[in-house]
Amino acid sequence: MGTATVDNRRLYGHAPENNYLKHTRGIASWMFTLDHKRIGVMYLVGVTVTFLLGGFFALVLRSELFTPNKMFLTEAQYNQAFTLHGAIMVFAFIIPAIPGSIGNFVLPVMLGAKDVAFPRLNLSSFYLWVIGTFFLLVAMIAGGLDTGWTFYTPYSIQTPTNVVAATFGAFILGFSSIFTGLNFIVTINTMRPPGMTWFKMPLFLWGMYSTSIIQVLATPVLGITLLLLIAEKLLGLGIFNPAQGGDPVLFQHFFWFYSHPAVYIMILPGMAIISEVISTHSHKKVFGYTFVALSSVAIALLSFLVWGHHMFTSGQSSISIVIFSALTFSVAIPSAVKVYNWLATMFRGEVVLTTPMCFALAFLFLFGIGGLTGLFLGTLSTDVHLHDTYFVVAHFHYVMMGSTAVAFFAGVFHWWPKMFGRMYNETMGRITCLIVFVGFNLAFLPQFVMGSRGMPRRYARYDEVFQIWHQLSTIGALVLGLGILLGIVVLVRSLFNGKRVSGNPWGASTLEWQTTSPPHFHNFEFDPYVGGLYDYKGVKYDESVEGYVPIIPPGVAAPGSAPVPQTAH
Amino acid sequence: MATAEAASASEGHGSDGHGHDHDHGQFIAHHFTGPRQQYDSCKLGIWLFLVTEVLFFSGLFVAYTIYRYHHPEVFEEASKFLDTRLGALNTIVLLFSSLTMAWAVRAAQLEQRAVTTRSVLITIFCATVFLGVKAVEYSHKWGLGIFVAYFFKYDGAHHGDTNSYLTTLSIVPGICVVVCAALAGIGMATGKPLSGKFWGALALGLGGYFAGVGLGVGYEAVFASEGESHAEAGDHAAPAEHAEGDAHTEAEHEHESTEALVMDPSSDEARNLGLFFSIYYFMTGLHAFHIIAGVIALAWIMNRSIQGHFRADYFGPVDYVGLYWHLVDLIWIYLFPLLYLIG
Amino acid sequence: MAHDSHQQVSAEGTPLPSFNHPISVTTLLATFAALVMFTIVTVVVAKSLPMGRFEIWVSLGIATVKALLVMLFFMHMLHDKPFNVLIFISGFVFAALFMGLTLSDSEHYQDDIRAAPSFEGAQTTPILARGAEE
Repeated sequence: MGTATVDNRRLYGHAPENNYLKHTRGIASWMFTLDHKRIGVMYLVGVTVTFLLGGFFALVLRSELFTPNKMFLTEAQYNQAFTLHGAIMVFAFIIPAIPGSIGNFVLPVMLGAKDVAFPRLNLSSFYLWVIGTFFLLVAMIAGGLDTGWTFYTPYSIQTPTNVVAATFGAFILGFSSIFTGLNFIVTINTMRPPGMTWFKMPLFLWGMYSTSIIQVLATPVLGITLLLLIAEKLLGLGIFNPAQGGDPVLFQHFFWFYSHPAVYIMILPGMAIISEVISTHSHKKVFGYTFVALSSVAIALLSFLVWGHHMFTSGQSSISIVIFSALTFSVAIPSAVKVYNWLATMFRGEVVLTTPMCFALAFLFLFGIGGLTGLFLGTLSTDVHLHDTYFVVAHFHYVMMGSTAVAFFAGVFHWWPKMFGRMYNETMGRITCLIVFVGFNLAFLPQFVMGSRGMPRRYARYDEVFQIWHQLSTIGALVLGLGILLGIVVLVRSLFNGKRVSGNPWGASTLEWQTTSPPHFHNFEFDPYVGGLYDYKGVKYDESVEGYVPIIPPGVAAPGSAPVPQTAH
Repeated sequence: MATAEAASASEGHGSDGHGHDHDHGQFIAHHFTGPRQQYDSCKLGIWLFLVTEVLFFSGLFVAYTIYRYHHPEVFEEASKFLDTRLGALNTIVLLFSSLTMAWAVRAAQLEQRAVTTRSVLITIFCATVFLGVKAVEYSHKWGLGIFVAYFFKYDGAHHGDTNSYLTTLSIVPGICVVVCAALAGIGMATGKPLSGKFWGALALGLGGYFAGVGLGVGYEAVFASEGESHAEAGDHAAPAEHAEGDAHTEAEHEHESTEALVMDPSSDEARNLGLFFSIYYFMTGLHAFHIIAGVIALAWIMNRSIQGHFRADYFGPVDYVGLYWHLVDLIWIYLFPLLYLIG
Repeated sequence: MAHDSHQQVSAEGTPLPSFNHPISVTTLLATFAALVMFTIVTVVVAKSLPMGRFEIWVSLGIATVKALLVMLFFMHMLHDKPFNVLIFISGFVFAALFMGLTLSDSEHYQDDIRAAPSFEGAQTTPILARGAEE
């Protein structure tokens, strides 16, 4: 009773053969796979490509801004560059990045499940992402796009650029996002293992659950908005066109009813990753677990009440802007709850400065700045001054790029050994983090300064007094780009010459670390033991596997042994 | 999948209290522990999908509300172009299809396979009757020059040929019926009776479209003939006086200021009437699109029912498609009073 | 929620699993009859009774009763899990939120919209109309 019949190396070691990467071969076995891990890897590759593409446009337009006058882009080309940067980054990178890649890979394994609830829907979600991104590229090549990623009417109705292809692409990407969210909600609801109640769930799952709620509730409104805009372009519906008696502010309401919650679709998965990374690499239970878990849900629900703060200067009534401003401040509460709890988690923990932990620390710093500057923009009086300046640009880049993308890097570095069974060069990883951190701040801190001094966003030419700030920003952007490229090189190199790792190199406690690295193609060869959540005393180092293994309490059936009747529940 | 099947069969059913044999486990996916978990998961999934549908349509209801709130008089005028009786007829057709759909779910739960197949077939038939009636309504309006805002050119005279619009709309359903009938014939001839039965039933179900068209055209011939002839006679002489009969028979008795309905297409009123019809066409068009998607899903269900897939512990797909179908009905329950019963 | 106390059996006589609750034919037919009745009532009320601005509320009230009948009986909500019901209802709650907050300020800028068509170059030709005009 309780004696392991399968040795620890098979359960928790490195799996060179019997893993999801190798059990079938060939392009078709990837293209038509229903395995959430392979879909996650395909997403990872895909979003990396769109990230590089969006980053390319960012560097192009930052370079153009090195001097106040024309360098190599006309004004029209500049408009297209920032629009494509925004549209690709928002719709094809940030929104799908974490749920699609890390979420897909980790979420079912964390639940001890074999797959997500609807594997076919999952694969179709990936292909919808491919098709949607393809339409964005079509828009880019055939006619371009110069509306800004927000597609505001009436300009988007008047512009001769290819709004129809771009909005159709975003429409399809919306469906991809809905399907992912729907899948995750159902998976978390119905496929938790026995013993994992709601409040014994890792915080990553709470974060993904909250994200999914927003994806399901908000994205359909984006769908109908873009569909109406397409019909407007093709048929002249007139609903959003003031020239026909339509209401352009209504478009902004429609758009932000989705797109404000959407910024939480972007940040909540990042927060979910940070909760795991900080706890694991501090080897300490998350401080105030219940508060962190519920604050995710609170953010998800509050996110639906604040969209009007994007429209303070759009002609909203005074009463509306006061209400929206007040509600906006309320979102700061759950966000701050998270940050304080992360800090308290590290306090007196065994903090190890691994690469993911370095990224997590960078996240805390950058999210702090991004979050606090949001309060200035939520305040009515200051927003009137700061609206549509570089202050706004810097604020949302601190939150989107500085927080979400950095959290994404933290997550990729954290789960990379699990995904591919190889460890990257830690020193190079830390250097990557440092370069990204320095480059990012150099790129965006100057933008706060020039924004508060009145430099408007989306301008190709500017007054010479802003030149020094623009030049600092451009240099920072280039450094940031180099850092990201270095990170990709570090990770890809590890695939070839990285050290092979065991199932649990970090000493982590969640279920995805209680299988081999890379995981078995059914995630677990034998059902794992669900122990205490974030119980870092529940794992011990095992010489034979060169990694951590769970300590199975006496009286409980070890995975792979004959089941002990009625004790596991 | 085959190895996965064995693995899942070896696992206990946990909290799933009732003893369950695995002889028809072929429809239980490998990552679920049993039929109950699969059913619960899919059911939650379909409810979430319905939520996304509700929010998808909510945008149109918001647009409708905003314009109606700010232009109530325009909506009252515009609504007179819609035929309440055809709308009510379509409502009852959809309600009946919901009844047969619910019946199909019940039959699938009780393993009454023939009843399931028949109920789904009637549901498909009703769905296409609805589309047929809708096609008559659309073509009638197009014939009057009532389009979305930009193309709106109603001025009381006939602009296009209603019948040619109707014929154009009927091409695709016609092709579908013919193809299904041909596939049915091929199925029967090549000794695949199940396939033949399915395609034959589908041809019958899609034929409902033409029943709907017949119903609509017949209705217009009987009820609208008086107004039509009235309007056509006066078309050249004095369109202003008789335009209303052209647009709508009922309006003749209820509405006093006929001149309000005849207007210069470039006037503000025409532009706002056009906005109403933009919303009308978008709402009903999107709804019709959902009906078409529903017909495809129902055809899939009918085929599986003919194949005998559904059992007392595996009736889920009928249930899920049923829920979707009822949601399409729910949306119409609101569209009908909002669009047809104004003023 | 409400369970039938007697054990239901399938056509082949095997007992139904616990998640299988068939609705009785009587209930289905009664629901349909009520739905048809309400449809007739709403048409008659809208077309014959002059109610002015209350009319829309009466129409929507009747529509909501019909919607509830469909949800409770045709959509099996009476036998469904409370969580599923909560999810579906929350869809309407968020739709109402969307509508409420959007409607709350639309009054404010109507004058600007009325003035808009006079702007130079505001008129645009939809893509599908371009071929015809050239």
